[in-house]
Amino acid sequence: MEPGIIIETTNLTKRYGRQTAVNGLSLKVKEGEIFGFLGPNGAGKTTTLLMLLGLSRPSKGSATVCGLNPVRMAKELKRHVGYLPENVGFYGDMDAVQSLQYVADLNGFTQVEAREKIDELLDLVGLKEEAKKKTAAFSRGMKQRLGVAEVLIKDPEVLFLDEPTLGLDPEGAIQLINLIRSLNREKRITVLLSSHNLHQVQKMSHRVGIMIGGDLIAEGSIDSLSEEKFGVGEKEYSLEEIYMKHFQEV
Amino acid sequence: MQGLYAVFKKELQDHLSSYRIVILFALIAMVSFITSYMAAVHMRENLEGLASIRFPFLMLFSTPGAMFSMVQFVAFFGPLIGLILGFDAINRERTQGTLIKVISQPIYRDAVINGKFLAGVTIIAIMLTAIVLVISGFGLALVGVVPGIEEIWRVFIYLIISIFYIAFWLGLSILFSILFKSIATSALASVALWIFLSFFISLGAEVVANTVAPIDRKDGVQPEVVLENAHIKEMVSLSSPMVLYSGATATIIDPMRKTTRSIILMGPMEELLSARFKNPLPLGQSIVVVFPHIIALIAITLICFAISYVVFMLQEVRT
Repeated sequence: MEPGIIIETTNLTKRYGRQTAVNGLSLKVKEGEIFGFLGPNGAGKTTTLLMLLGLSRPSKGSATVCGLNPVRMAKELKRHVGYLPENVGFYGDMDAVQSLQYVADLNGFTQVEAREKIDELLDLVGLKEEAKKKTAAFSRGMKQRLGVAEVLIKDPEVLFLDEPTLGLDPEGAIQLINLIRSLNREKRITVLLSSHNLHQVQKMSHRVGIMIGGDLIAEGSIDSLSEEKFGVGEKEYSLEEIYMKHFQEV
Repeated sequence: MQGLYAVFKKELQDHLSSYRIVILFALIAMVSFITSYMAAVHMRENLEGLASIRFPFLMLFSTPGAMFSMVQFVAFFGPLIGLILGFDAINRERTQGTLIKVISQPIYRDAVINGKFLAGVTIIAIMLTAIVLVISGFGLALVGVVPGIEEIWRVFIYLIISIFYIAFWLGLSILFSILFKSIATSALASVALWIFLSFFISLGAEVVANTVAPIDRKDGVQPEVVLENAHIKEMVSLSSPMVLYSGATATIIDPMRKTTRSIILMGPMEELLSARFKNPLPLGQSIVVVFPHIIALIAITLICFAISYVVFMLQEVRT
């Protein structure tokens, strides 16, 4: 693997029966960048994330994440990669601390290590006040923030976020986006996120990839995509315009 | 290992703090009090004045009293404990979206299912041991029987077989919770199978036997046909874990039982044994008699768990 590349896939393909969910995906994500996956529902974004995490076996092709093969080294790989699923669930009868404690146990932390880490993370995601509240009573935004805290317990090098801002109110979404950006900046965490909120992706991502029907049809920084699609002009195109143009062509 | 231990610890905590377990414990405690009380009363009435009673301690478990004995109770309703502990093990996590979170932690996927199974078995072991201790205590207090060494061994073996028996049902309900995405479906499927294998298997065995080897009572009964009929009936009903378990435990708990077969199917040696010798079987011989039963019971438990294991490992988890 080239230096500076933390995620690399070659011809990654996933088929379910006759349906192809991901079709020959070849992608490189650099260390320390925020890469946004765009695409309509069912475009294969989640399937790609699951394959990169070793939770789903690719039908063809291969991937390398943090220098590890997700098919063969899944357990080791999951030490370095945190995954926040689209609808992250919690055990309703646990409070925030217990919930984090369980994840810490699964990661093999000792009690003392976990205590310290949990306090620090609750502070980071702004749930200090709600530490002893049952997760069943959590709002969507609080759940999402607790979910982020859970994936941060293991000090990941890479974060996979599946629709992190879906269903959040504008304020909650902005808070979360700022949190993700600060994690990227301060802890040098590489972030791979999928979303169909173009505006938010534009705000966060260094580079984006547009996926439609299992194919990656465009990839690059927003400027380069705009250039490629509309030619060099005075006007700066927004991601929305680029996306819609691609979408119409397919 | 760290993953297995974490899941095991969490599941055990969940079980012990759930209402489900409180209700189950209350029910079991009630039943064990009642059965042991009835057995004790029965023994006092019927054994009054007898000079020497063989194995009075074991009678606490095997005397039916007015309704059923402890051994029968566990055979019939023990499975329910296993089913209640496991019917929503995996699909609940799936519906609430915690399964994907757990398996995206650095653990092997089998840690989830192993941890859940082990936690369930631990609860089962605690429950059954508690029941046996309650009954023993009651026997001491009400009838004043003190167990001998052999009786303690027999009860201990009975306990182990019972744990395997209920663990089989736990494994089965975990399998259903993996196969069916809906909790209601997995609960119904496991209860249906329990009812079939426990209550209707004898009926089914009868139907099969009478179809394959019908006994025609009009023109004289031929002994070969009767024998074959009984053979088929036995074979079919032995496919039920309950029949296996009842056969095994009844022989272990009651030293006077020398075979698990019915009178028709006894071989000449067994016939001789039960007709001539009125002495109890030694423990070793009791075990030899039911060894196939015990092995079969352990085997189906392991097979059931192995199937759930394979299905779960190959299943794609998205939520």
